[in-house]
Amino acid sequence: MWQHNVICHLAMNKGISSSGLFTCLSKGGGFHFPPCHMLNFHGIRILVDCPLDLSALRAFSPVPTALDCLPVEVSYNTDGNRFLDSMIGPGKRQKIEKLLDAKSLLFAEPWYKTVNNLHLWNASFIDVVLISNPMGIMGLPFLTRMKGFSAKIYITEASARLGQLMMEDLVSMHGEFRQFYGREESNFPSWLRQEELEILPSELREIILGKDGVEFGSWMPLYSAADVKNCMLNIHSLNYAEEALYNGTLVIKAFSSGIEIGSCNWILNSPKGDIAYLSGSSFISGHAMPFDYRSLQGTGALIFSDFLSLTDAQDSDDGDNYSVPIADKLLPMSDQDLAGFDHSSEENLEDKKKLIFISSSAIDCVKQGGSVLIPIDRLGPILLLLEEMSTSLEASDMKVPVYIISSVADELLALLNIIPEWLCKQRQEKLFAGEPLFAHIKLLEERKIHVVPAIHSHELLTNWREPCIVFCPHWSLRMGPVVQLLRRWCGDPKSLLILEDVLNPLALLPFQPIAMNVLQCLFPSGIRLQKVQPLLKTLQPKTVLCPEELKLQINFSSDQSFSVLYYTEAETLKVPYRRDSSELKIATDLASQFYWKMFKKEEINVTKLKGELLMENSRHHLLLNNDNKTSLGSLIHRSLPDSEKLMAALSKMSISGVVRHDMGDAKSLVIDIQDPYKALIEIGLTSTTITTADQNVASSIYKIVDNILDGV
Amino acid sequence: MAIETLVLGAGQDIGKSCVVVTINGKRIMFDCGIDTRFFDSPTHRYPDFTLISPNRDFNSALSCIIITHFHLDHIGALAYFTEVCGYNGPIYMTYPTKALAPMMLEDNRKVMVDRLGEEELFSADQIAECMKKVIAVNLRQTIQVDEDLQIRAYYAGHVIGAAMFYAKVGDAEMVYTGDYNMTPDRHLGAAQIDRLRLDLLITESTYATTIRDSRYAREREFLKAVHKCVSSGGKVLIPTYALGRAQELCILLEDYWERMKLKVPIYFSAGLTIQANVYHKMLISWTSQKIKDRFSKHNAFDFKNVKKFERSMIDAPGPCVLFATPEKISSGFSLEVFKHWAVSENNLVSLPGYFVGETMGHKLTSNKQAKDDADTKIDIRCQVHQLAFSPHTDSKGIMDLVNFLSPKHVILVHGEKHKMATLKDKIHSELGIQCYDPANNETIYIPSTHYVNAETSDTFVRSCLKPNFTFQKCSSVDICNSTTIDKSLMPELQVEDERVAEGVLVVDKGKKAKVLHQDELLLMLGETKQDS
Repeated sequence: MWQHNVICHLAMNKGISSSGLFTCLSKGGGFHFPPCHMLNFHGIRILVDCPLDLSALRAFSPVPTALDCLPVEVSYNTDGNRFLDSMIGPGKRQKIEKLLDAKSLLFAEPWYKTVNNLHLWNASFIDVVLISNPMGIMGLPFLTRMKGFSAKIYITEASARLGQLMMEDLVSMHGEFRQFYGREESNFPSWLRQEELEILPSELREIILGKDGVEFGSWMPLYSAADVKNCMLNIHSLNYAEEALYNGTLVIKAFSSGIEIGSCNWILNSPKGDIAYLSGSSFISGHAMPFDYRSLQGTGALIFSDFLSLTDAQDSDDGDNYSVPIADKLLPMSDQDLAGFDHSSEENLEDKKKLIFISSSAIDCVKQGGSVLIPIDRLGPILLLLEEMSTSLEASDMKVPVYIISSVADELLALLNIIPEWLCKQRQEKLFAGEPLFAHIKLLEERKIHVVPAIHSHELLTNWREPCIVFCPHWSLRMGPVVQLLRRWCGDPKSLLILEDVLNPLALLPFQPIAMNVLQCLFPSGIRLQKVQPLLKTLQPKTVLCPEELKLQINFSSDQSFSVLYYTEAETLKVPYRRDSSELKIATDLASQFYWKMFKKEEINVTKLKGELLMENSRHHLLLNNDNKTSLGSLIHRSLPDSEKLMAALSKMSISGVVRHDMGDAKSLVIDIQDPYKALIEIGLTSTTITTADQNVASSIYKIVDNILDGV
Repeated sequence: MAIETLVLGAGQDIGKSCVVVTINGKRIMFDCGIDTRFFDSPTHRYPDFTLISPNRDFNSALSCIIITHFHLDHIGALAYFTEVCGYNGPIYMTYPTKALAPMMLEDNRKVMVDRLGEEELFSADQIAECMKKVIAVNLRQTIQVDEDLQIRAYYAGHVIGAAMFYAKVGDAEMVYTGDYNMTPDRHLGAAQIDRLRLDLLITESTYATTIRDSRYAREREFLKAVHKCVSSGGKVLIPTYALGRAQELCILLEDYWERMKLKVPIYFSAGLTIQANVYHKMLISWTSQKIKDRFSKHNAFDFKNVKKFERSMIDAPGPCVLFATPEKISSGFSLEVFKHWAVSENNLVSLPGYFVGETMGHKLTSNKQAKDDADTKIDIRCQVHQLAFSPHTDSKGIMDLVNFLSPKHVILVHGEKHKMATLKDKIHSELGIQCYDPANNETIYIPSTHYVNAETSDTFVRSCLKPNFTFQKCSSVDICNSTTIDKSLMPELQVEDERVAEGVLVVDKGKKAKVLHQDELLLMLGETKQDS
């Protein structure tokens, strides 16, 4: 029933490194693939996030239809290439690289791409794992099933529940491939063989091996549902701003980051200093609780790890014909303008405009008899779009069925209505007003949207009507109900595909040629570049760790209060997170018993400490220790006292004793006191020990010795 | 340093909980309730706020208000205090309390104005204004009210959203429990708190001397009584608060109805209680683990058998179960229905656990024989069943909590005078903890912890880490001799690691105190010597 705070002796600590070490394992790529870092803080090894690069799924073909004559194709190619190899030698392979088309995708059960650099670490040496958002948990079952892995995993409760649903959905969708390709024959898939990789089109080879061609080892066959379950049993879920205590020395706190429900930034506190970890964050949100930047103020070091606007900016530079034009207004912002963070109404307005545009396009499409397909990408825009669309449908008085097809949609939609604590202010107001938090609750009750687990569910087959609007996974367009529906509608010029991302050239490859309309709409998230500097000035950390990409974009040189270190992937940096020294809290009842010794010359007061030293809530405490041993303090001085002077002083107080020489060298003076009580005085070069049965006796002798020593 | 506790309400009494605690210059008001027994007298109904600040400048007098849960005796005076007395500072309560409090406050306002014909002290709009000032908090969320004051909510059971609050100023720490339950019930979990180093624990003591037996047996008693009544065609009236108890009993009945395949209708009296279910559905994460685990398949607050009750149905024939507000049958709809149903011995009135003062419910529970009530002239013939389970902890639970937290001092509130005195003695004698039971408007002063801060050097901290193992062989003979300890739990080799560090505290003139390792002191002294 009770949860215990760990109170432990300081001794349990693992040893103190002189400063923190930070290694960026991966900068990730976009919303679904957050960055991954390793941090050694105060001797505790912390892994931040454990994502999967699901965009790499695009190298694979969706489950082929009966029309694809795939086995012949594959074997033909392989044989042909082997034949060519033997003719012209492997060195010239580059030249016969195939051109990229739907047939060149990998026809095999997909493996999944984890963070490559993470495999360089021994998982059993990780002490703590912090998961910042639901996307950051996707690779975690790979870790938790490893032998020897024993780290404590912290994640917000909302992220944990969303993450679990996402993983379960992934496992369930992956089942299609298992069903089609059957059990794998060997542990090593043929497409990962060197000779197969070399003949792949360069686009695919880059996905598999990375830009540097070294990410071969990052591929893993998918975990099982049991692995997911086991992983979830090992997590320690946190509430908003709850203080979690690791090993008595490290206090961990999560504050909302705003990009997703439950997503968070971290504050790590230790007696030696503190670090803030700033993940992808968003000042405004239509669904999640926005970025709580105030709670990150004034730390020793801040790790800036928001790559969202960095990638977004690059992508929109590429330009795209389909996408809705976004005028990225550069908001001038004064450094002192704190309020500016909260009043980002322009961004909000832009998002709203986009939503209205999308939903009106969708309705136009339906009016002309076409169907609308919306792959479920980020939860936020999808939920808002669902709300916007149903309002417009209502207004236009059209009876168009809306389907949500996903194995976890049911549970997900129910879950979203019960975590008001992680929602934005407007949604929380709904709680207080007694209204459902999202419109979908009402729509479900009124049966205006149909939620079914799979495309072949009985309920869907009996209700199916076209044209319709369908929301379904997966955004990679390689698995899930989206594949079948895309095949069904891709040739129909009246239908519409709505993508919430810029189009990857590979994405639609298996469905070419495409006649259906494609609408892309980017909802930017992350901290906009022009806001990074004012934000950091507000947060006032002593040191900022920034990705090197920011070096070019932001000029930190002028009059800032913090120093900046730049990091790149797979390079370890020292983090000066620490305060000058740590604090010890001494209980007043103990402090009042101190016997102070004055060094007059130096004007220093000195006292020996005796008590019980505790480490509690990452603070050192010195408390009164009640077991009385009869040895009273020893003190430091600089040379041996004159033994005769001391004996004289002792006899003045009618204490008699003998100086013992038997065990003495020149470095110590030992006096046996016999009368009026028994005691032993040992005076060494650095310490004096008085041993007696009675505390009062000890302190009176101590005073005498002290006087003599002071004179030295 | 001292902690000053001014008890404005619920001192040796139940009703208008309000305790003002001053710690190291910060002043927190815990709860702001009304006494529902004194409908006729505003001076008795509200806490005497002038004791906080004689010139009524509450904004500078208080650092914040903390409300533990939505019951009127804990929150009823809040709108009055903010809108009439003019308090503008921060108010903290949990998300469910913030969501459900307006219903309770508005219901109470209506009762006072409409039914008692009293002049309106504050309007419905003012309740809304008041609620806008409230900051909602999550469990265990650590909130920095200002630079020095830190607060945190812990799960308390009792009703949905009920919380115990921890507060810390400087080195002084305390907990105010509000009402809590140490055993889980049908829809809520048991109270949960960390082991804390407290100077003061202020706890409720409703059941200061009662020890209850199994809740299961009590529930069965209730279900049996209800079943017996409806199967012989009777009507069951369950007067409850709109929130909490109604949902708990309804879960219990729904479950029973499913199992027994009963078809007798269950009614909720007004839109009020139905609306409350909507809130409960969104607040699933604040309920018990069992309900949380099942929510996606079936939300426990989606009551299948529950229907809305119309006034015209009061005299309709046939058996039914009706939940009606208010809990105390002193006014409102529950009184109206009671007047109709009490005349038949076929019918049943099921009364909630706890009453103080002069209400119809109290009269019924205290004296079942007085069936002819003089004030209301009702010929009471119906059966009366008193619910023996209550969302409050019993005396064992209070002792468990006090023992677990082992604070330096305990203050008892929210209980009956003589029973509190018994509990006070028990806490003092059994746990050796100083305990107080102040009356209303009394102030208690207790000393608070204060630490002296000193910086520590690295060498010292590192020296603390040196292991100092001692190995003790425990002979098998010893083990055989010890009868109390399980043999398998006693390893033969015992390792102790009591570490000793040589620390010296140095106060240099004009500088902060610093803890050094003694070797460092020698170096330091050596250096200064060379300098001079």
